[in-house]
Amino acid sequence: MTPGLFRQTFEVLRKDLLLEWRTRARLNALLFFALSTLLLFSFALGPDANVLRHSAAAYLWLAILFASVLALAESFRVEQENSSLDGLRLIPVDSRALFLGKAIGNSLLLMGLCAVITPVMAALYGTHLALTPGHLVLVLVLGCLAISAPGTLYAAIASFARARDVLLPVLLFPVLVPALLSSVKATALALEGDPMNQYASWVALLGSFNLLYWALGFALFPRVIEE
Amino acid sequence: MSKALGIAAIVIFAAFVVGHYLGLVWSPPEREMGDVYRIMYVHVPLMLMTMLAACFNFAGSVGYLANSDRRFDALGEASAEVCLLLGGVGIVLGSLWAKPTWGVWWDWDPRLTSLAIMLILYSGYLALRKFVDDGERRATWAAVSGIVIGVDVPVIHYSVRWWRTLHQMNSSPATVDGPMVFTLRWNISVMLALMVLFIAARYQVARNAQAREVELPELLPSNGVTP
Repeated sequence: MTPGLFRQTFEVLRKDLLLEWRTRARLNALLFFALSTLLLFSFALGPDANVLRHSAAAYLWLAILFASVLALAESFRVEQENSSLDGLRLIPVDSRALFLGKAIGNSLLLMGLCAVITPVMAALYGTHLALTPGHLVLVLVLGCLAISAPGTLYAAIASFARARDVLLPVLLFPVLVPALLSSVKATALALEGDPMNQYASWVALLGSFNLLYWALGFALFPRVIEE
Repeated sequence: MSKALGIAAIVIFAAFVVGHYLGLVWSPPEREMGDVYRIMYVHVPLMLMTMLAACFNFAGSVGYLANSDRRFDALGEASAEVCLLLGGVGIVLGSLWAKPTWGVWWDWDPRLTSLAIMLILYSGYLALRKFVDDGERRATWAAVSGIVIGVDVPVIHYSVRWWRTLHQMNSSPATVDGPMVFTLRWNISVMLALMVLFIAARYQVARNAQAREVELPELLPSNGVTP
């Protein structure tokens, strides 16, 4: 008897996290990439503290977004070595469990990245928290989930196409516009204060984006990797 | 191009010329904008047909995933290209209209912004098609991408609409002069026919390409695609 969907998802996730933990190469590379992006933004903008503080949320999310492309592409590159994906399919693993496991793994990786670069961003750009830390953490978690669901779907497609390094951002970035917009807005409100009570509606938009794309990914992913 | 399409093209071209006569000469100038508003007779039909072509693409994508008929794939390819063409021309005309009336070439207005993102999304869709060699996979992945894009367009529109808006709302026919309404309706009908003609012609090209693709693998030693 094959184990249920939850168990399979858990095993895929465990395998990915174990692989990641044994090398830690991907997380390290992502961290330095995101940190240097943050530094570059502040160089490009100049040392004006006020401007930096107002743009902090935007640059934080752009750094995460750029780093996410590397993370997503890598998550399917490991499956291509030695045709591991074929092996997984032969076990057989439910492709929907594969999607959930991969997407949750990518989300966790991005959340780990957020946990490190958000304090660095706060220090570099001199931001303060206007709302509670919980508000900020909620946006970060939802934002990482929102990048991962369509990201995992497109990373699977791009990894088997020619010119995959170009294709993934070309496909993914425009799709993520609503997620990016609501994450940046909600983060800015959490950092700079929310006099008009807009935080909840941006978070609701981000939540709906998540629901939509996790459902779509779950439904469409089996078609993407079928033979 | 088949004979029927050729005849249809001649008829539509004649109606197109009549539509331009109606728009440029017959219909009266507008009270606020004078003659500048006449660009509406091309801009509005183009924008409507861009949206309709996007709907065709979505329908083709869903159709292909539902029953793997390559004709739906050809419809998706044809409608995405026509959508990009009409939308591209429409956005340039809108920009020409915006300069004398709003005073700027471009504004981050919800409709403009979401249309621009939509055009980038469909460029990505077409780029994906170019980068996948295997016909079946290209069709499946393009369909998945078409669904992801089709679902995203309304979300983008709502997320961007929460910014302030400059674009005028649609006028109701009751408040507009009779000849203007007639001219606009005429031009919309012509543009609809033109769009259907374009899609039909492009659809035939796509079908021919598919037929050739089926013959091709017999002639080549290997196209080097790994699953």
